[in-house]
Amino acid sequence: MSDIKAVQTLDTSGLSCPLPVVKTKKAINGIAIGEILEMIATDPGSIPDMEAWARQTGHELLESHDEGSKYRFFIKKTH
Amino acid sequence: MENKPKKLALIATQGTLDWAYPPFILATAAAAMDWEVGIFFTFYGLPLLKKEINATVSPASNPAMPMKMPFGPEGFRNFNWPMPNMLMGNMPGFEAMATSMMKKTFKDKGVATVQELRDMAVEMDVRMIGCQMTMDVFGFKKEEFIEEAEIGGAATFLEFAADANISLFV
Repeated sequence: MSDIKAVQTLDTSGLSCPLPVVKTKKAINGIAIGEILEMIATDPGSIPDMEAWARQTGHELLESHDEGSKYRFFIKKTH
Repeated sequence: MENKPKKLALIATQGTLDWAYPPFILATAAAAMDWEVGIFFTFYGLPLLKKEINATVSPASNPAMPMKMPFGPEGFRNFNWPMPNMLMGNMPGFEAMATSMMKKTFKDKGVATVQELRDMAVEMDVRMIGCQMTMDVFGFKKEEFIEEAEIGGAATFLEFAADANISLFV
Protein backbone atom coordinates (compact mmCIF):
# COMPACT_ATOMS: atom_id res chain seq x y z
CA MET A 1 0.00 0.00 0.00
CA SER A 2 1.06 3.54 -0.52
CA ASP A 3 1.29 6.61 1.71
CA ILE A 4 0.50 8.86 -1.21
CA LYS A 5 -2.55 11.00 -0.63
CA ALA A 6 -4.69 11.25 -3.73
CA VAL A 7 -7.39 13.89 -4.04
CA GLN A 8 -9.42 11.68 -6.32
CA THR A 9 -9.72 8.01 -7.26
CA LEU A 10 -10.67 6.95 -10.74
CA ASP A 11 -11.73 3.33 -11.12
CA THR A 12 -11.53 2.03 -14.69
CA SER A 13 -11.99 -1.62 -13.71
CA GLY A 14 -13.41 -3.67 -16.55
CA LEU A 15 -12.60 -1.09 -19.21
CA SER A 16 -10.36 -1.75 -22.17
CA CYS A 17 -7.99 0.37 -24.24
CA PRO A 18 -8.11 3.31 -24.76
CA LEU A 19 -10.58 4.10 -21.96
CA PRO A 20 -8.20 3.98 -18.94
CA VAL A 21 -5.94 6.54 -20.61
CA VAL A 22 -8.80 8.70 -21.91
CA LYS A 23 -10.56 8.74 -18.53
CA THR A 24 -7.28 9.48 -16.76
CA LYS A 25 -6.76 12.49 -18.99
CA LYS A 26 -10.27 13.71 -18.21
CA ALA A 27 -9.75 13.26 -14.47
CA ILE A 28 -6.39 15.06 -14.60
CA ASN A 29 -8.12 18.01 -16.24
CA GLY A 30 -10.40 18.18 -13.22
CA ILE A 31 -7.75 18.43 -10.49
CA ALA A 32 -5.30 21.22 -9.61
CA ILE A 33 -1.59 21.35 -10.41
CA GLY A 34 0.37 19.50 -7.74
CA GLU A 35 -2.56 17.31 -6.79
CA ILE A 36 -2.48 13.54 -7.15
CA LEU A 37 -4.90 11.25 -8.94
CA GLU A 38 -5.20 7.59 -8.05
CA MET A 39 -6.24 5.38 -10.97
CA ILE A 40 -7.30 1.76 -10.76
CA ALA A 41 -7.43 -0.48 -13.83
CA THR A 42 -7.86 -4.13 -14.70
CA ASP A 43 -6.55 -3.81 -18.25
CA PRO A 44 -3.01 -5.30 -18.23
CA GLY A 45 -2.16 -3.00 -21.14
CA SER A 46 -2.65 -0.04 -18.83
CA ILE A 47 0.84 -0.49 -17.35
CA PRO A 48 2.85 0.31 -20.48
CA ASP A 49 0.09 2.67 -21.62
CA MET A 50 0.13 4.76 -18.46
CA GLU A 51 3.93 4.96 -18.61
CA ALA A 52 3.74 6.15 -22.22
CA TRP A 53 0.90 8.52 -21.37
CA ALA A 54 2.91 10.09 -18.55
CA ARG A 55 5.99 10.51 -20.77
CA GLN A 56 3.90 12.13 -23.49
CA THR A 57 1.85 14.46 -21.29
CA GLY A 58 4.61 15.31 -18.84
CA HIS A 59 2.48 14.44 -15.80
CA GLU A 60 4.37 12.48 -13.20
CA LEU A 61 3.63 8.81 -12.69
CA LEU A 62 4.66 8.55 -9.04
CA GLU A 63 3.91 4.87 -8.53
CA SER A 64 2.36 1.91 -10.27
CA HIS A 65 1.41 -1.24 -8.43
CA ASP A 66 0.61 -4.61 -9.89
CA GLU A 67 -1.80 -6.10 -7.38
CA GLY A 68 -2.49 -9.25 -9.36
CA SER A 69 -5.96 -8.71 -10.71
CA LYS A 70 -5.78 -4.92 -10.40
CA TYR A 71 -3.31 -2.21 -11.27
CA ARG A 72 -3.04 0.97 -9.25
CA PHE A 73 -1.40 4.18 -10.44
CA PHE A 74 -0.63 7.47 -8.72
CA ILE A 75 -0.27 10.42 -11.05
CA LYS A 76 0.75 13.95 -10.08
CA LYS A 77 -0.56 16.75 -12.23
CA THR A 78 2.45 18.87 -13.14
CA HIS A 79 1.06 21.57 -15.41
CA MET B 1 5.99 19.94 -21.63
CA GLU B 2 6.96 20.81 -25.19
CA ASN B 3 5.59 23.98 -26.69
CA LYS B 4 4.26 22.40 -29.82
CA PRO B 5 2.02 19.34 -29.39
CA LYS B 6 2.66 16.25 -31.46
CA LYS B 7 0.30 15.76 -34.32
CA LEU B 8 -1.54 12.67 -35.62
CA ALA B 9 -3.22 12.63 -39.03
CA LEU B 10 -5.52 9.72 -39.85
CA ILE B 11 -7.41 8.73 -42.96
CA ALA B 12 -10.46 6.55 -42.21
CA THR B 13 -11.53 4.68 -45.32
CA GLN B 14 -13.47 1.74 -43.92
CA GLY B 15 -17.00 1.74 -42.55
CA THR B 16 -17.38 -1.75 -41.11
CA LEU B 17 -17.76 -2.18 -37.36
CA ASP B 18 -14.33 -3.74 -36.89
CA TRP B 19 -12.48 -1.19 -39.05
CA ALA B 20 -14.35 1.73 -37.50
CA TYR B 21 -12.46 1.15 -34.27
CA PRO B 22 -8.79 1.81 -35.09
CA PRO B 23 -9.12 5.46 -36.12
CA PHE B 24 -11.24 6.37 -33.09
CA ILE B 25 -9.07 4.39 -30.65
CA LEU B 26 -5.90 6.01 -31.94
CA ALA B 27 -7.51 9.44 -32.09
CA THR B 28 -8.81 9.36 -28.52
CA ALA B 29 -5.57 7.91 -27.12
CA ALA B 30 -3.52 10.56 -28.92
CA ALA B 31 -5.84 13.36 -27.81
CA ALA B 32 -5.56 12.04 -24.25
CA MET B 33 -1.79 12.56 -24.60
CA ASP B 34 -2.37 16.20 -25.57
CA TRP B 35 -1.63 15.55 -29.22
CA GLU B 36 -3.39 17.42 -31.97
CA VAL B 37 -5.48 14.96 -34.02
CA GLY B 38 -7.30 15.15 -37.33
CA ILE B 39 -9.21 12.42 -39.17
CA PHE B 40 -10.15 12.56 -42.83
CA PHE B 41 -13.23 10.40 -43.48
CA THR B 42 -13.35 9.27 -47.05
CA PHE B 43 -15.01 6.60 -49.19
CA TYR B 44 -16.53 3.92 -46.94
CA GLY B 45 -15.23 5.70 -43.86
CA LEU B 46 -17.47 8.71 -44.47
CA PRO B 47 -20.63 7.19 -42.89
CA LEU B 48 -18.75 7.14 -39.57
CA LEU B 49 -19.59 10.84 -39.39
CA LYS B 50 -23.33 10.19 -39.56
CA LYS B 51 -25.28 11.14 -36.44
CA GLU B 52 -26.11 7.46 -35.86
CA ILE B 53 -23.38 4.98 -36.71
CA ASN B 54 -24.86 1.78 -38.14
CA ALA B 55 -21.65 -0.10 -38.82
CA THR B 56 -21.87 -3.86 -39.28
CA VAL B 57 -19.27 -6.57 -39.69
CA SER B 58 -19.17 -9.40 -42.17
CA PRO B 59 -17.08 -12.55 -41.79
CA ALA B 60 -17.08 -12.80 -45.59
CA SER B 61 -14.55 -10.00 -45.85
CA ASN B 62 -12.54 -11.16 -42.83
CA PRO B 63 -11.44 -14.74 -43.47
CA ALA B 64 -9.29 -14.80 -40.33
CA MET B 65 -12.00 -13.50 -37.99
CA PRO B 66 -12.11 -15.73 -34.91
CA MET B 67 -15.63 -16.98 -34.36
CA LYS B 68 -15.99 -17.19 -30.59
CA MET B 69 -19.23 -17.30 -28.69
CA PRO B 70 -19.71 -14.37 -26.31
CA PHE B 71 -21.81 -16.49 -23.95
CA GLY B 72 -21.90 -19.92 -22.34
CA PRO B 73 -19.36 -21.81 -20.25
CA GLU B 74 -15.69 -20.95 -20.59
CA GLY B 75 -14.73 -23.92 -22.72
CA PHE B 76 -17.55 -23.12 -25.09
CA ARG B 77 -16.49 -19.48 -25.28
CA ASN B 78 -12.84 -20.18 -25.88
CA PHE B 79 -13.53 -22.62 -28.65
CA ASN B 80 -12.81 -21.21 -32.08
CA TRP B 81 -15.73 -22.36 -34.18
CA PRO B 82 -14.41 -23.69 -37.48
CA MET B 83 -17.00 -21.87 -39.52
CA PRO B 84 -16.43 -21.68 -43.22
CA ASN B 85 -16.69 -17.91 -43.39
CA MET B 86 -17.25 -17.71 -47.12
CA LEU B 87 -20.26 -19.96 -46.76
CA MET B 88 -21.61 -18.32 -43.62
CA GLY B 89 -21.12 -14.91 -45.16
CA ASN B 90 -23.66 -15.82 -47.81
CA MET B 91 -26.24 -17.06 -45.35
CA PRO B 92 -29.16 -14.65 -44.83
CA GLY B 93 -29.03 -13.08 -41.39
CA PHE B 94 -25.48 -14.18 -40.73
CA GLU B 95 -24.01 -10.71 -40.97
CA ALA B 96 -26.56 -9.42 -38.43
CA MET B 97 -25.65 -12.31 -36.14
CA ALA B 98 -21.92 -11.74 -36.52
CA THR B 99 -22.45 -8.03 -35.83
CA SER B 100 -24.43 -8.59 -32.66
CA MET B 101 -21.93 -11.22 -31.50
CA MET B 102 -19.06 -8.82 -32.00
CA LYS B 103 -20.92 -6.00 -30.23
CA LYS B 104 -21.69 -8.26 -27.29
CA THR B 105 -18.10 -9.49 -27.08
CA PHE B 106 -16.78 -5.92 -27.15
CA LYS B 107 -19.25 -4.82 -24.50
CA ASP B 108 -18.36 -7.76 -22.25
CA LYS B 109 -14.66 -6.94 -22.60
CA GLY B 110 -15.21 -3.31 -21.59
CA VAL B 111 -14.60 -1.90 -25.06
CA ALA B 112 -16.44 1.34 -25.74
CA THR B 113 -18.84 1.50 -28.66
CA VAL B 114 -17.67 3.27 -31.80
CA GLN B 115 -20.17 6.01 -31.09
CA GLU B 116 -18.89 6.49 -27.54
CA LEU B 117 -15.32 6.74 -28.81
CA ARG B 118 -16.40 9.27 -31.41
CA ASP B 119 -18.17 11.33 -28.72
CA MET B 120 -14.95 11.33 -26.69
CA ALA B 121 -12.97 12.34 -29.75
CA VAL B 122 -15.36 15.24 -30.35
CA GLU B 123 -15.08 16.27 -26.71
CA MET B 124 -11.28 16.28 -26.99
CA ASP B 125 -11.37 18.51 -30.07
CA VAL B 126 -10.30 15.92 -32.60
CA ARG B 127 -10.73 17.55 -35.98
CA MET B 128 -13.02 15.52 -38.24
CA ILE B 129 -13.05 16.25 -41.93
CA GLY B 130 -15.63 14.64 -44.21
CA CYS B 131 -14.67 14.14 -47.84
CA GLN B 132 -16.68 16.39 -50.14
CA MET B 133 -16.12 14.18 -53.17
CA THR B 134 -17.39 11.08 -51.36
CA MET B 135 -20.47 13.03 -50.28
CA ASP B 136 -21.19 13.93 -53.88
CA VAL B 137 -20.55 10.41 -55.18
CA PHE B 138 -22.62 8.54 -52.58
CA GLY B 139 -25.23 11.26 -52.08
CA PHE B 140 -24.62 12.32 -48.48
CA LYS B 141 -25.73 15.69 -47.10
CA LYS B 142 -23.90 17.66 -44.44
CA GLU B 143 -27.06 17.63 -42.28
CA GLU B 144 -26.71 13.84 -41.92
CA PHE B 145 -23.38 14.28 -40.14
CA ILE B 146 -22.56 15.35 -36.61
CA GLU B 147 -22.30 19.11 -36.21
CA GLU B 148 -18.60 18.97 -35.41
CA ALA B 149 -17.78 17.50 -38.81
CA GLU B 150 -16.26 19.89 -41.28
CA ILE B 151 -16.31 19.24 -44.99
CA GLY B 152 -13.25 19.43 -47.15
CA GLY B 153 -11.18 17.77 -49.81
CA ALA B 154 -7.77 16.19 -50.15
CA ALA B 155 -6.02 19.55 -49.94
CA THR B 156 -7.73 20.37 -46.63
CA PHE B 157 -6.50 17.12 -45.10
CA LEU B 158 -3.03 17.33 -46.62
CA GLU B 159 -2.51 20.81 -45.24
CA PHE B 160 -3.33 19.47 -41.78
CA ALA B 161 -1.12 16.41 -42.28
CA ALA B 162 1.79 18.37 -43.74
CA ASP B 163 3.52 18.78 -40.39
CA ALA B 164 2.09 15.72 -38.62
CA ASN B 165 4.44 13.46 -36.69
CA ILE B 166 2.40 10.41 -37.65
CA SER B 167 0.11 9.89 -40.63
CA LEU B 168 -1.86 6.69 -41.03
CA PHE B 169 -4.20 5.37 -43.67
CA VAL B 170 -6.72 3.05 -42.04
